[in-house]
Amino acid sequence: MIQDFFINITWLIPVFPFLAFLIIILFTQNNNKLSHSLSIGSMVLSWLVGWGVVFSAIGTPHLGEHPIQKVIPWFETGTSTFGIGFWVDPLMAAALFMVPFVCLMIFIYSVGYMGYGTDEVDPNYARFFGYIALFATGMLGLVISENLLTLFMSWEIMGLCSYLLIGFWFQKNYDDPDKITPRQAGLKAFLVTKVGDLFLMLGIIYLYSQAGTLSYADTLFNHEFLVHLAETPALPIFGGWSAASAIALLIFGGAVGKSAQFPLHIWLPDAMEGPTPVSALIHAATMVSAGVFLVARIFPLLNIVVELELHNPTMGIIAFIGAFTAIFAAIIAIGQNDIKGVLAFSTISQLGYMIAALGIGAYVAATFHLITHAFFKALLFMGSGSVIIGCHHEQDMMELGGLRKKMPKTFWTFVAGGFALSGFPIITAGFWSKDEILAHAWHEFMLEGTASWPFFVWLLLTIAAFLTAFYTARQISLTFLGKPRSHHAEHAHETPATMTTPLIILAFFALTLGFVGIPEEIVGLGNNWFHNFIGHEYAATPLSVTVMLLSSGLALGGLGLGWWVYGRKPLVQGQMDPVEKGMNKIRLGWLYKAMQNRFYFDEIYRATFIDGSVKLADILYDFDYHWVIDPIVNLVARIVRGISEFSNKFDEKVVDALVNITGLSGVKLAELGGITDLKVVDGFVNGVADVTGWIGEKVLRPIQTGKAQNYLLILLISMLAIIGIYLVY
Amino acid sequence: MSIPLNWYLVLAAALFSIGIYGVLSRRNAIGILMGIELMLNAVNINLVAFWRFMDPGRLTGQVFALFVFTVAAAEVAVGLALVIAIYRNRDTVVVEEIDLLKE
Repeated sequence: MIQDFFINITWLIPVFPFLAFLIIILFTQNNNKLSHSLSIGSMVLSWLVGWGVVFSAIGTPHLGEHPIQKVIPWFETGTSTFGIGFWVDPLMAAALFMVPFVCLMIFIYSVGYMGYGTDEVDPNYARFFGYIALFATGMLGLVISENLLTLFMSWEIMGLCSYLLIGFWFQKNYDDPDKITPRQAGLKAFLVTKVGDLFLMLGIIYLYSQAGTLSYADTLFNHEFLVHLAETPALPIFGGWSAASAIALLIFGGAVGKSAQFPLHIWLPDAMEGPTPVSALIHAATMVSAGVFLVARIFPLLNIVVELELHNPTMGIIAFIGAFTAIFAAIIAIGQNDIKGVLAFSTISQLGYMIAALGIGAYVAATFHLITHAFFKALLFMGSGSVIIGCHHEQDMMELGGLRKKMPKTFWTFVAGGFALSGFPIITAGFWSKDEILAHAWHEFMLEGTASWPFFVWLLLTIAAFLTAFYTARQISLTFLGKPRSHHAEHAHETPATMTTPLIILAFFALTLGFVGIPEEIVGLGNNWFHNFIGHEYAATPLSVTVMLLSSGLALGGLGLGWWVYGRKPLVQGQMDPVEKGMNKIRLGWLYKAMQNRFYFDEIYRATFIDGSVKLADILYDFDYHWVIDPIVNLVARIVRGISEFSNKFDEKVVDALVNITGLSGVKLAELGGITDLKVVDGFVNGVADVTGWIGEKVLRPIQTGKAQNYLLILLISMLAIIGIYLVY
Repeated sequence: MSIPLNWYLVLAAALFSIGIYGVLSRRNAIGILMGIELMLNAVNINLVAFWRFMDPGRLTGQVFALFVFTVAAAEVAVGLALVIAIYRNRDTVVVEEIDLLKE
């Protein structure tokens, strides 16, 4: 049947883009048209198969209880066998709905952004399409993975692509030495996420040591094993936790790095140095959500601990980090003037929402927000990219303005995305998903009282929702309303259809996607289909009219206030940001400055970790040169020297006298011998010297080239000769 | 459907030959380092293949291969440091221009 057909070819989904990557990198780097056709073509295939799988999965009854697993043995080591294969379950289907489609939209958009067919086409255009195809391989591989090992591999492929693509314009340098260059930004992203990856790897190793396998079926979806794991005490450094909590916390460390959660959030804003499609693809829609996807994947590990009523702090830590990141990044976003900088912090903040939701057990709400967020954040990034191209690479919002008439398609789609981000009531996707998170937190805190994580999460996320709406209104007003504030903005033009079409398609989803998850209490609108599909085993979040009204009010209030401050009386050129002015007035100028400087986290890390490493290296250098190793060596040398000086004295006084006597008698004898020598021996010696000189000149000097490679070649030939002789005899 | 030992050995031999060709013919010092890596990995393939076919009960071959990885990583670190040092002194990494051994 058609369903089985699609599910059986699930493994092909990451294979298409991988082939495209290989062909582009190996053969077609010089042909821009062929390269982007290959890349986009492979993504179309992945998308078609992907959605085929998604709809087959939706049509499969009881998929949640009986996920489909297809696996072939890959390699054996010792007594365990690792498999490679795919895993179809509701979470995977939800992610697979979003990933290939958003990837495809961004691939198409890249054609316009990288300047195909214009004079400004990027010199490495073909390679760009190769890299993003490799990225898609990683993300799709991660989504369909059947075990944590292949998941980790895909995860690292994405890390590599992120590095390559952030540093894509590696030759770029800025006049301002403090401004981070793309090359440095790529390195920073790679190193910071590696810190998280280390924890992820430790978690996977820990799980393997307990289970002897890494496949989902035998670990995460094996209830007996989960119970066993939850009842096993963890390693002593975790105190009295259960092993399940310890493993979950370590794996969560990986998500903190990849999803740019506090305290490893510092790489994501700088990742905006890469081309904008990369920001949209990797640093907003897909790769950063891989961290959330991972935590959703290991949710059974978290859930079992709650189920058995073991009170471990893992969930609390996750909830705290998520909620704190959400509000912290939202505050910083208000102080950013770079159009992509605002979106970068907004992404960090929204990822915080999802992580916090997982931390309070709102598995379905987190997944829902993950999917809707990917659509509207990709849309916003691509809209900002369209603005950047339309305004000749002007990114400072203070220099923009008045683009509403000049770039109407970009404007309206950006508004759709922005409203979805702020949770504009009823008609946007972001409203329904964000509301579900808040409702869940509200519901839990009603049960547990105010001295609980859910209350903390609810409070911070509600404030963050207001801030989100405010900075979105600020961004839209500064960019699109009023009069142009620079000649770049004055001469703005709408971007080509390859860029605006994906915007329009994504805008449609940003507005409507939420309707799949409308709470079932709202009669006539929905039956919360999404919840029933993804999380049938978890109780549905009951509708809370209070929360719904409150979040609607906050969204509208935030948008309204933002418009009132920035849109009602648009800024003129050179005018100070009204918020900055207001905060200066009430002596909070320092706070605004801190917001602009991202609360100085880069500086703090530089002063502690980076300078600390340098200091350590200096100490080791001193240890070697000044303190221990060299002094010891010098001491030994001095002792030896003393001994030799003593020997020298002995030599001069005693031995020399003896030698002189012997010498005198020797001279006499030598005179005798000299006569013979001149005649007979010299003739012979000269003859030998002549022959040796000739050999050296003609034979040996030419092969003594001083080049190591020639010596190696002689070595190789001699080896082969010796082996040949050995084989013959 | 199991792949016979010979195939692995042929693959390893081919990889080793490619590596040695790279070491002997590349002009760029970094290319030579990459050739050395290929040779080391060819050895690894041999180790793991022989382990798998001759003595799968114990982990000797795999563990040995792990040691080779470690040594290879150290070798690259030292090798690259040398390349950088040479570049700083002589402004080149073309090995044909580095013939100090002659003197």
